[in-house]
Amino acid sequence: MAAEIGFGALFLTLIFSVYGIVAAAYGQKNKSQVWILSARQAMIMVFPLLSVSIAAMLYLLVTNDFQVVYVADVSSRSMPVYLKLTALWGGQAGSLLFWSWLLAGFGSAVALRKWDRDGDLLPWVAIVNLVTLAFFLVLNIFYENPFVRYWQDASGILISFGQPTGALPIFPSDGAGLNPLLRHPGMIIHPPMQYLGFVGFIIPFSFAIASLITRRTDDRWIQISRGWALWAWLFLSLGLVLGARWAYDVLGWGGYWGWDPVENSSLMPWLTGTAYLHAVLIHEKRSMFKEWSMVLIIVTYLLVIYGTFITRSGLLSSVHSFAQSKIGWVFLGFIALTILITVVLLVFRWSGLRSRNVLEKALSREGLIIISVVLFLGLAVAVFLGVLFPILSDAFIHQKVTVGPPWYERIAAPIMGGLLILMVLAPLSAWSIASFKHLGKLLWKPFLVSLVGIALPLWVGMRRWPALIAFWLVAFVLAVNLFEFVRRTRLRRRDDNESWGQALGRVLKRNQRSYGAMFVHIGVVLMALGVIGIEFFQTETQGTLAEGQSLSLASYTMTYQKLDVFDDISSARNVARAVVSVEKDGRVVGELYPRRDFYYDSGQPVTIPGVRSTFADDFYVVLVDWKEITSEGATFKVYNNPLVKWLWVGAWVFIGGVLIATWPAKKRSAG
Amino acid sequence: MMKKNRILLSGIGLLAILLVLASPGFAQGSDPTDDEVNAIASQLYCPVCENIPLDACGTAACEQWRGIIRDQLAQGWTEDQIKDYFVAQYGDRVLAEPPRRGFNWLVYITPVVVLIGGVVLLWLGFSKWRQAAQERPQAAPTNTAQGSPEAQDEYIRKVEKELKQRSRSSQ
Repeated sequence: MAAEIGFGALFLTLIFSVYGIVAAAYGQKNKSQVWILSARQAMIMVFPLLSVSIAAMLYLLVTNDFQVVYVADVSSRSMPVYLKLTALWGGQAGSLLFWSWLLAGFGSAVALRKWDRDGDLLPWVAIVNLVTLAFFLVLNIFYENPFVRYWQDASGILISFGQPTGALPIFPSDGAGLNPLLRHPGMIIHPPMQYLGFVGFIIPFSFAIASLITRRTDDRWIQISRGWALWAWLFLSLGLVLGARWAYDVLGWGGYWGWDPVENSSLMPWLTGTAYLHAVLIHEKRSMFKEWSMVLIIVTYLLVIYGTFITRSGLLSSVHSFAQSKIGWVFLGFIALTILITVVLLVFRWSGLRSRNVLEKALSREGLIIISVVLFLGLAVAVFLGVLFPILSDAFIHQKVTVGPPWYERIAAPIMGGLLILMVLAPLSAWSIASFKHLGKLLWKPFLVSLVGIALPLWVGMRRWPALIAFWLVAFVLAVNLFEFVRRTRLRRRDDNESWGQALGRVLKRNQRSYGAMFVHIGVVLMALGVIGIEFFQTETQGTLAEGQSLSLASYTMTYQKLDVFDDISSARNVARAVVSVEKDGRVVGELYPRRDFYYDSGQPVTIPGVRSTFADDFYVVLVDWKEITSEGATFKVYNNPLVKWLWVGAWVFIGGVLIATWPAKKRSAG
Repeated sequence: MMKKNRILLSGIGLLAILLVLASPGFAQGSDPTDDEVNAIASQLYCPVCENIPLDACGTAACEQWRGIIRDQLAQGWTEDQIKDYFVAQYGDRVLAEPPRRGFNWLVYITPVVVLIGGVVLLWLGFSKWRQAAQERPQAAPTNTAQGSPEAQDEYIRKVEKELKQRSRSSQ
């Protein structure tokens, strides 16, 4: 029954979406407010309707209704309830449903906001939104229906939604269970954040398209879409960070980012989204580069769809591609159509987008920001190429190749360096004018402070110049931001005779966005510390130890104490858990428990490292292998990851900065 | 007789030592360590578990591959020989990067072209914009004497102060 309700609600949502598209278009054409109102009401309804479908799916998952194919694929009796709930996005069909649901949520939210002021834009916003939603619903209904069930007749087992004539339902006794890699707290929040980030960019895109169609050349679309884009960007950033953390904690290869095609496919929209947020800044302050903002948000939307296509079509296989199916061509068609429409729109509206102001000085703030936009875009193009090339190679010369981390790092490293330099200069440079003299005057003090970034590593005996440069840049960005912060607070204090605390609070409140950005930049350089640490200074070793034997790496020594192999009945897994004592510089600092869990239902193992994390470095122990008779001992792989903790600290500062920037202040722009 | 035997024996012994020294196994030293195996494995990708370097992969297939590397190292193969062996067996995809030849150059050249293109475009853009600005000196309203950053700060400060006073008086 729940399956019928779920599918019915899904189908009804599609009908409402299509109706909304038609009604909005008709109302717009005939200037009929009644039709537009009707479209708006249809749009309000898509979220509650899809919520019914989601609720039905969750009910099926929790009640172990294994007649439903999806439930049998991703769930099992032994899984705890919270995992059964998260299994909603643990497979292809379910995650598409989840995606549509979030999209519908954004759609209904837009429909609920005041329409009076933007009566001309919003019907088009509704259309763009509902078309995207309808596309995903079509996928969900005709290609990846999460509600299809198992039946059996004389010819064998059938899979369909409705009961075939003469067939009887069959109920498998248990399901295959969720992919064990996904049974991790990080995986409970990572996908929803990622999806919210993806889906969120569809709203600013809709406003951009609406303003193109209506020839409304003022800044209204930017004012509205900026807020939505910032939220989407926040979620996407969170998704990326959580994904990286999950990889570090669960995948057990000592790293957090592998330039995997699926990681890349969420990095690309993040990069262009970041470029968009920077371009918008220039647009607001100097009303220039309107066409850049427009193109960037369109590209971001396309990359969101492309990213979903890549991860969902099975075109690529990677650790993330748990779910693959044959919806590639439908996706490709949709992407091609979107490109065609947006390109045509841009061509016909291009002249209206050009602004009269011109960029005069490369060193002015807008000049520096534009360079950063180009760098972000350049990296996005490179990543796009890296993801696409194996497919091209396979298609054209029938040669499968891997484009792996070394290729990406060679391109990403100089671009990141360039961005760090811009982060030093841009906050100090002024809008529209700037000179070396002016910059130099503001730069010399932070520059002196930044030399600590070279002196300190040199002092502790570090001699690798790329790392030295990187450390210096990090220190420089930090110094510039702190000086700027103090300078502005002092200015305000001197002016209004306020206490430091008062002045600080007011400064923050006044320029919420600009200080948010400052925190974001500080977060980024702290993250850079972690990246530098792992890229330049990671060391590893591996050895097979008998009980009581030791393995040393960096200043650490680990001693293998014992190994317990036992069945964890409640989670239906076999656990091999090693106990390892850790000494640093000869002093015992604790125990670690690297383990390998083998899940009976899915037949897959998960390697979970034992990690001792400090601000100086992480000691990361992976249990690689062991002999059943323990006399031969166990094999451990050990990593020393200097500074990596700063990556996570920086990430939280970054997120905090975005929150400061996005948090609605009193009477701010309509969002 | 005894002496002859001794010479013969020591001759055989010497030969044996020479043989051992000359054998590839000895040239490599003792058994290869896990780290030596991993150093090569980390540059290879198995075709089954794509995008996970061989040294970090936990599947049985990858363990077998590492075993092959270990044997080859023990037989004195060089790093390049081992990599070539896996390429010959499983194709270019086992390498972390496409080998630099033929069609693959596309993936190496394109970023450079894009980079140069970007720099050129920016350069052209900036010089074009600068020209346009010189032709219309008063195009940008902020480009006046008041536009210097210090003056701007001063100006903003004044405005904010006045705004503040106003908000106080209205309370």
